[in-house]
Amino acid sequence: MMQTVLAMDPIVFWIIVTVALVNVTGALLGTFLVLRRMSLLGDAISHAVLPGLALAFMLSGTREPLPMLIGAMAAGLLTALLTHLIHRYANVPEDAAMGVVFTSLFALGVVMITRVASQVDLDPGCVLYGVLESAALDTRPLFGIEVPRVAVTLAVTFAVTAAFVAALWKELKIVSFDPHLATTLGINADRVHYLLMALVAAFTVAAFEAVGSILVVAMLIAPAATAFLLTDRLHWMALIACATGILTAILGRNIAAVFDAPVAGMASVVAGGLFLLAVLFAPRYGIVARKLAHLRLGLRISGEDLLGLAYRWQERGTGAPLSARGALEAAGGGAGSRLALWLLRRAGLMAKSGRGLRLTASGLERASKLVHRHRLWEAYLARHLPLPDDHLHSPADRMEHFMDSDLQRQVEEQVPEPHGPSGAPR
Amino acid sequence: MSGPAPWLAILALAAAQALLFAAVGANRVLEWVQTACASAGLPYNTVMVLAGSGLLGVSSAVIGSYAVLRRRSLIGDAVAHAAPPGIALAYLIARERNFFLLLLGALVSGVLGAAVIAWLRQSTRTRQDAAIGLVLSVFFGLGIVLTSAVQRDPTGAHAGLEGFLLGKTAGLVSQDLLLIAVTSANILILVWLFQKEFLLLSFDPGFAAVQRWPVQALDVLMMTLLVAATVIGLPAVGVVLMAAMLIIPGVAARFWTDRLSRLLPLAGAFGLASAGAGTYFSSVSEGMPTGPVIVLTAAAVCLFSMFAAPRRGIAAGILKRIRMRERVARQNLLRTMYELAEEAPDSAASLEEVAARRGWRAAEALRLLRRAERRGELRRTPDGRWALTEHGLQKALEVVRAHRLWELYLVEQASIAADHVDRDADELEHILPPEMVLQLESRLRSEGRWPEDRVPASVHPIESAAGEAR
Repeated sequence: MMQTVLAMDPIVFWIIVTVALVNVTGALLGTFLVLRRMSLLGDAISHAVLPGLALAFMLSGTREPLPMLIGAMAAGLLTALLTHLIHRYANVPEDAAMGVVFTSLFALGVVMITRVASQVDLDPGCVLYGVLESAALDTRPLFGIEVPRVAVTLAVTFAVTAAFVAALWKELKIVSFDPHLATTLGINADRVHYLLMALVAAFTVAAFEAVGSILVVAMLIAPAATAFLLTDRLHWMALIACATGILTAILGRNIAAVFDAPVAGMASVVAGGLFLLAVLFAPRYGIVARKLAHLRLGLRISGEDLLGLAYRWQERGTGAPLSARGALEAAGGGAGSRLALWLLRRAGLMAKSGRGLRLTASGLERASKLVHRHRLWEAYLARHLPLPDDHLHSPADRMEHFMDSDLQRQVEEQVPEPHGPSGAPR
Repeated sequence: MSGPAPWLAILALAAAQALLFAAVGANRVLEWVQTACASAGLPYNTVMVLAGSGLLGVSSAVIGSYAVLRRRSLIGDAVAHAAPPGIALAYLIARERNFFLLLLGALVSGVLGAAVIAWLRQSTRTRQDAAIGLVLSVFFGLGIVLTSAVQRDPTGAHAGLEGFLLGKTAGLVSQDLLLIAVTSANILILVWLFQKEFLLLSFDPGFAAVQRWPVQALDVLMMTLLVAATVIGLPAVGVVLMAAMLIIPGVAARFWTDRLSRLLPLAGAFGLASAGAGTYFSSVSEGMPTGPVIVLTAAAVCLFSMFAAPRRGIAAGILKRIRMRERVARQNLLRTMYELAEEAPDSAASLEEVAARRGWRAAEALRLLRRAERRGELRRTPDGRWALTEHGLQKALEVVRAHRLWELYLVEQASIAADHVDRDADELEHILPPEMVLQLESRLRSEGRWPEDRVPASVHPIESAAGEAR
């Protein structure tokens, strides 16, 4: 590992470090934006810093980082504040207010730049995907190593962000999940909110030059949204988001090299790909996991229906064999029931006997418990709800699959006496 | 949903246009326009630019208004950002700058982006804001990757795809403008055909579903129209600012009216005005980009509406609050004068007494007293004190009656202690509707507790602001 890093071309190394710093900072800030359903405020702020930058340039006459930073933070805060004021006092839906504010500010910024600073070249390409490759060459020595200027700026931004998140962890957590509780506890939710927005603006402008605005927006949203699918704990969400950010940087730069494409654009695409993987394969909230759980539940219900059917058949005691086809049809038919029957036979709960199906000893035990739960629920309904007898079966049919031992004990206390089948055996 | 008629109308519309353009060709249509312009003495190029951008302004404003109403404003932003990969792919496939194909590519990837947002919102844990942001940045990132592939292509260096980022009406030829104008016109016709359906979809989709309207299909249609408006706007105003064309006119129009039938034309007019003004300003001043100027014009209209609109505007709200405060002060003064007269029927009240009773500063009390005198509710006695006139007494009776009735009601019905009701009644008496006062009266009368022709006595000792009971 160490050798790989040492053997790496320094430019490649610094590109990856720069992008990784952008991604981790964005992921940390994005965690709170995504949780608070404010992802788009990050997008809005990253566009709306433009007039702040233009004004700072007009007033100071330089492109030094400090005036730029101040201008951007002011414009970012203005965006958040105006959005809130228009939403609150002019009764405009929040998303529309945001759309009005950030597009107007962006338009203002473009006009200001064209009017006043027409000598400054506003190359859309540079704005959107930055000048990462040349920025990595603009180095200065730090502790005897040539370090790109942007990497230093971004490292400082990351350090400030990490310190902010660490220092205000508790406050951010409460404000994210329950702003009203935060207010009653004496935490100034508004102040935390605007501090976060100022940091987003600062991050935007620090990352802007290197990677362009598009990766900034992607990183404020994608890693956090990915992590949100993978965990329910805030600290894990932040850590997973950061890890996703680093992975995005490494994969993004290497895939971009293969296709000779801009790193910032490719990193956004990679971030989207990682998110898609999470959407599909997340252990709990992933689509595959949910489909599998659904399938498993369906199979269990079909199997239990078959068991119950066989039990009632044997209980009737006509001696005739239960035909497999009839049983499958009664349990819903189709591939699902057939698979359920196959699983029951493999588990040794049902067996073929002659021309029909029968329950094995262990199958009989399982089935009797099931039918017990069914009739328990029927008896409970009959006792507590004025339902006609022929309306008891179908709710009990659903309930028998979901009654856990706790509920069963409670119902047994309510319906103490033993009971027979309701009406005709079903 | 009135049967399949609107859907058939769409088909007929599409077929008629396809036939027209196949039979005569776009160039012939343009020639006709050119001849018409020449005979009317109008500059052909200006007419084309204004027609294209104007119709674009109207159609995006109208379809965008629905998005604003349905809290989907920023989906337009995401769709605009989702278009570039389609544009670049269309170029890579066609290998030439065919405007129609580029926009078709943009339409396909825009619709795909909108579909992904809907899918993420419905079937995953991702919320709408994150879904919009994801589609926006990831599709756009893909667009950058594909555009860089186009630019490496020897023929692609001058494909002019960057024009889509910030928009440039000057770069559009008349065939492009014709396509924009025709598409905009189609969007408007479809909105007109489906106005009833879109109205219900915007305000009560649940009811529409219960009526067995094809809500899903209508939703897809509306979304497709939004994407179409976005896509034709890209070459004129660019990716970033297209959202503004969709959102701002609708937001501005919303301040002026509560009716969709008025909101849509108004939003269309705002869209038209800002598109026209923006196009004009950017054409007269050198190097000024069209899109930002259009958006700033629209923003100015929106800002004006926000402050000046008669009912929902901020100025109207402030004015309403001031009027309310004046009314409350006036009624409080009348009641105070009545109470003072009730205690000492023979002597008029002094300025100090009035001020002390209400806790007003002397200057404030004097201002209110003088104003009431001008209204003829009070008169000044020769010794400089103040008394109710006959007219003022009538007004004061109304106010006191409402106040005491409400106090009685609170004591009797809401079982609030007598010494707590004054403050509550104080707040409510000014906004009690007359019907409510009558209702309270008749209730007391039916219980035989209504003092005929008189104001009911106060349920508590009347206190001055200083606190001592009288």
